[in-house]
Amino acid sequence: MSEAREEILAGVRRSLKRGKLDAARETELREHVAARRRNLVPARAAALTGPGRVALFVAMAEEVQATVTRVNSPAAVPEVVARYLAAENLPAELVLAPDPSLDDIPWDARPLLRIRRGRAEMGDAVSLTPCFAAIAETGTLMLVSGPATPTTLNFLPDTHIVVVNGNQVVATYEDGWDRLRTTDGMPRTVNFITGPSRTGDIEQRIELGAHGPRRLHIILVDGSQKAGDGEDE
Amino acid sequence: MLATSGTFEANARAGLANDNLQRALALMRSGFPQRRRSAVERLPEFEALREIGKSIKDHTLEHLDFYLELFEENVLASGGQVHWARTPDEAGAAVLAICRSVDAKLVTKGKSMIAEEVGLNEYLEKNGITTVETDLGEYIIQLRHEPPSHLIAPAIHLMKKQVADTFRAEHRSLDPGRSLAEARQLCDEARAVLRPQFLAADVGITGANFLVAETGSSIIVTNEGNGDLTQTLPRVHVVMTSLEKLVPTFEDAAALLRLLARSATGQEFSAYTTVSTGPRRPGDLDGPEEYHVVLLDSGRSALLGGELQDMLRCIRCSACMNHCPVYAAVGGHAYGWVYSGPMGAVLTPSLIGIAEAGHLPNASTFCGQCESVCPVKIPLPKMMRHWREREFVERLNPPVYRAGLSLWAWVARRPALYHALVELASRALGWFGRGRGRFRTLPLANGWTAVRDMPAPEGRSFHRLWAERRKSSAGK
Repeated sequence: MSEAREEILAGVRRSLKRGKLDAARETELREHVAARRRNLVPARAAALTGPGRVALFVAMAEEVQATVTRVNSPAAVPEVVARYLAAENLPAELVLAPDPSLDDIPWDARPLLRIRRGRAEMGDAVSLTPCFAAIAETGTLMLVSGPATPTTLNFLPDTHIVVVNGNQVVATYEDGWDRLRTTDGMPRTVNFITGPSRTGDIEQRIELGAHGPRRLHIILVDGSQKAGDGEDE
Repeated sequence: MLATSGTFEANARAGLANDNLQRALALMRSGFPQRRRSAVERLPEFEALREIGKSIKDHTLEHLDFYLELFEENVLASGGQVHWARTPDEAGAAVLAICRSVDAKLVTKGKSMIAEEVGLNEYLEKNGITTVETDLGEYIIQLRHEPPSHLIAPAIHLMKKQVADTFRAEHRSLDPGRSLAEARQLCDEARAVLRPQFLAADVGITGANFLVAETGSSIIVTNEGNGDLTQTLPRVHVVMTSLEKLVPTFEDAAALLRLLARSATGQEFSAYTTVSTGPRRPGDLDGPEEYHVVLLDSGRSALLGGELQDMLRCIRCSACMNHCPVYAAVGGHAYGWVYSGPMGAVLTPSLIGIAEAGHLPNASTFCGQCESVCPVKIPLPKMMRHWREREFVERLNPPVYRAGLSLWAWVARRPALYHALVELASRALGWFGRGRGRFRTLPLANGWTAVRDMPAPEGRSFHRLWAERRKSSAGK
């Protein structure tokens, strides 16, 4: 180990007026870490369940300029995507995360949508990804990297469309993190995304689309909701 | 970074005379504090979270050696590397060695105050490596060869016309007739210019808002998404950070994240909070192949266990400077180094010495706003007083100032004399100033009257009023 490392650790201990912690104290601290005790969690999210929690997620996401369309089955997604792209004057072309959770979506229903699956490259205008969880507290999407969910899809294209399932909506960041702990291994990247990219660096005026996506569109697939013709917007 | 804190007085005078800066600061005064207040009012748990944030940081600092070792163990386990640096020079050398190991020509950078401490851009440039700042504010000031003037809004001292002029001067391949009148157009131009750089870079450098010991992760919080492109596209991701960013678990980071965005910009949550752990995994289609954490000490370990330990709780939200009347009058550059406002007034003397930075803890009205908005309850005014005492004990103030203080102390320890003198002075001043109610000039007080009038006393002193009130309320 490096000399700098030893000197820094020795300096820390000297300042704290003690030597290296004894084995018993280290064990206690390891247990403290392993217990992953939650700190205070805001009641506004923690107290909600089911439809109330989903409603808070939608309200908070819309507050930060994400747009949300609710549908009651994956079958409605291609239609929503095609209409969204047309309404925003975007080409009917998208790059899709190669994730099996998107395989239920009958893309053939809209044969004019040109679809590629993979990571994002320079010039890709629109991406569509699943998410790992959606956090009601602040309308935040939680996305994890992996072979089927490359991170570039979340940042390179101008428009990012995210498919969220109703049962993925959790109350707090800690709930999302607990779900992650049930999967095998930490991913390289976990992105918490709250609205589209923005900056206030020029005269503190908020402009969307600084370096990441200008538009963040959320398609919430929630079979438990009675959603009429498939949309309630 | 080279410090000019020693000339704070001249820097401050220049700031007061700078019209563009004064207009920019006026925007800040009306912006940040109001947004913070609304965000805080929406979260009933905010006050309780401040206490929790403080105790998480205190616990970590008390056991910092343990958490540093645990963090390192977990970075290594996830395939990353940790580089310990005692000094800014060692940190710079570590980054350069990483860049050389992959024969890097171009480096993109997310915002990092540690990189500012190191003076990383100049150092890498000197060694033949081009560095490009990607945060919009940082990019603007890099083009202008200026240091940041604010923790989270580094170009807050500029108006958009100045940014437009800079872009016109630097982006020479673009149509000179293009319009740059709107902030939108400036953002779009920066986005278009920086896009190819993200893709061409060999190494991406970011800072870290938090380091999580439990998993060996680094966390960055941004709004633009530049940090994410910086750390995802190049082959190598380097995190430049310092010892005190550690927290034990994700749960602890979550509590501090709830405080950070609300205190900083008044957002419920910043657009992007990103947790990075090691390099890309087998099968991943993107992400860096190498993950390095450069951990800088630079005097921080020496602050533990003493009166300045509380400063190591700081999460760099900028609420203290956003609410500081001195910062709002003179701007961040006056402070002459990386950090400004109240947190800079306490931290800068700790990191570069009180001899160079002695003016900063004196540039305070002690109004206490900074402490009252600090998300981790750092007693900033108390710590500024600590530095003033140190300055006095180390005989760093000018002789006239010291003589004045000694004289005052001698009088103040003799209450009868003190009261008599105060009575005499206030009567005399009250009589001379009875016409206009204030003085334009006053012997021995031209430091005050050069820039503002001195109000004339209206008769009785505070001590006397106090005594009279107590007597009359006792009589009731």
